Amino acid sequence: MQLSIVPFLLSLLLLRRLSGFSKINDNQQWIRWCSYARFFSVFLFLGGFLLSNQEATRWIWHIFLISLLLFSFQQNEMRPLRMFLMAFLPYAAVTLIKDLTEVILKDFYNHWNNYFDTAFMLSVIWLFAILYSQNRQNKAAEKERIKRQKEDEINRAIAIRKVELEGLVAERTAELTQQKDELEHTLDELRSTQAQLIQSEKMASLGELTAGIAHEIQNPLNFVNNFSEISNELLDEMKDEITAGNWQLASEIADDVKQNLEKIYHHGKRAEAIVKGMLQHSRTSSGVKEPTDINKLADEYLRLAYHGLRAKDKSFNVTMKTDFDERIGNINIIPQDIGRVILNLITNSFYAVDEKKRNSPLTPKGGIETTQNLYEPTVTVCTKLIIPSSGGRGAVAQISVRDNGNGIPQNIVDKIFQPFFTTKPSGQGTGLGLSMSYDIVTKGHGGELKVETKEGEGSVFTILLPLKQS
Amino acid sequence: MRKILVVDDERDIQTLFEQRFRKEIKNGELNFVFAFSGEDALSYMKDHEQEAVLILSDINMPGMSGLELLKHIKEKYEKPPPVVMMITAYGDNENYKLAMQLGADDFLTKPVDFISLKEKLKAKSV
Repeated sequence: MQLSIVPFLLSLLLLRRLSGFSKINDNQQWIRWCSYARFFSVFLFLGGFLLSNQEATRWIWHIFLISLLLFSFQQNEMRPLRMFLMAFLPYAAVTLIKDLTEVILKDFYNHWNNYFDTAFMLSVIWLFAILYSQNRQNKAAEKERIKRQKEDEINRAIAIRKVELEGLVAERTAELTQQKDELEHTLDELRSTQAQLIQSEKMASLGELTAGIAHEIQNPLNFVNNFSEISNELLDEMKDEITAGNWQLASEIADDVKQNLEKIYHHGKRAEAIVKGMLQHSRTSSGVKEPTDINKLADEYLRLAYHGLRAKDKSFNVTMKTDFDERIGNINIIPQDIGRVILNLITNSFYAVDEKKRNSPLTPKGGIETTQNLYEPTVTVCTKLIIPSSGGRGAVAQISVRDNGNGIPQNIVDKIFQPFFTTKPSGQGTGLGLSMSYDIVTKGHGGELKVETKEGEGSVFTILLPLKQS
Repeated sequence: MRKILVVDDERDIQTLFEQRFRKEIKNGELNFVFAFSGEDALSYMKDHEQEAVLILSDINMPGMSGLELLKHIKEKYEKPPPVVMMITAYGDNENYKLAMQLGADDFLTKPVDFISLKEKLKAKSV
């Protein structure tokens, strides 16, 4: 009995290892074999109790163990476990030989008993040494396996994350593409809106003009009507005088009529010029430069701007001064475009002085003496021919629009030529006037548009146009 | 001599008036003086006190507007202030109200009906 527990435990140990190894490799056949063998082992062990014939079971144990070891040893699947199996072999062999000799050569056995015991001890030591070292190796291998498993898990997690990320990237890309499309669409819309704004800026300044134009035409038309009516009456009188023989008086009346006709012609021309100016402004710029009297152009737009603002705001009033240099003569410009620039600068000046007047604490009182202390809104338009003394650049026509308004604060003076920049309350300015003016002067005419300003004292906008464009 | 002061920035208004009222001027019924700005009108009135009994002023003029002139006159000339008639191309309600508030005696719109003006002038200046 004492002897049968050892092979039983050994067989269990062996089978445990074999089946464990098979489980790792997922070798179903071996797992099955191992469990059969385990059953057999248990059966044999219990059978040994029941039979109480230790001799019979001892031999079966020997055969079972040896065959189990040899069979496993031969199988390729179990090649990694050979070292482990080798641990059992000497023990199985020694015990078998020992038992065999004990039975067959009893004397020999008794004589060499000590050697058999020594061999048995050595095989046991061998068994434990190998098992111990195997155990250590197994533990290290297990550690390695767990480590690899963890790495695998991490790699798997990384792979999953990667897939997720790729999905996210694809989603983001789709989102971005959509946004890009939307932005492009918005940009297109903005472009067309800008084009519309430029057009409406033009129409707004035209709207400002129409009221002024109506007024400006009304005055000369009144004169035309009145003078022609009077001339009619005068001619009747003249006839009477001729009939009466008063030649002297008749001749005087004829002079008056002649003078009136001149006035009719003059005022007719005046109206014509205004209509022409209006048409020129509303017409899309021909882009063609033509010789233009800049003084006349400036004067025309000054009056139109004034009456335009008057029509909108009845209380608006300003002193307008002009100082024209007649030496300039005709210069080669696109009249509609430069006209628009001048109109824009003048309208801005009017706005500036009007703002200052509104905020002025002094209100006009009676009496001419006090007017000295009052703020007098003034806008001055000057032209000047500048001929450089030494060579270099050629002659330049300078047109300046000066106002005594509030001036432009230093922090915004750099921005005034930027598109859409406006200081007017929302809805009142497009913020395109000065930027368009700047483009017209610099890009369209190779000139310069400059501003000088002093807060509280006013601003001067100066257009410089080269007479000969390079 | 009682005079009518006509204030307008259009210089041809002088010729127009002189011809329109040539008979009245010849007869001495009406007597005109002309000023071409509000400031001119005020300095004329300062120099020739109480000579002008009737002032005919445009509203829309550069510099001092007709309404400002009206205000000056009505505030400064206390004695019998001259009659002031306003003429304007902008015959809007706002101008009319303002002119009446400031004490205008009449409000005419351009183009001027000279026949009715003639009657008004004769009635007021006699």
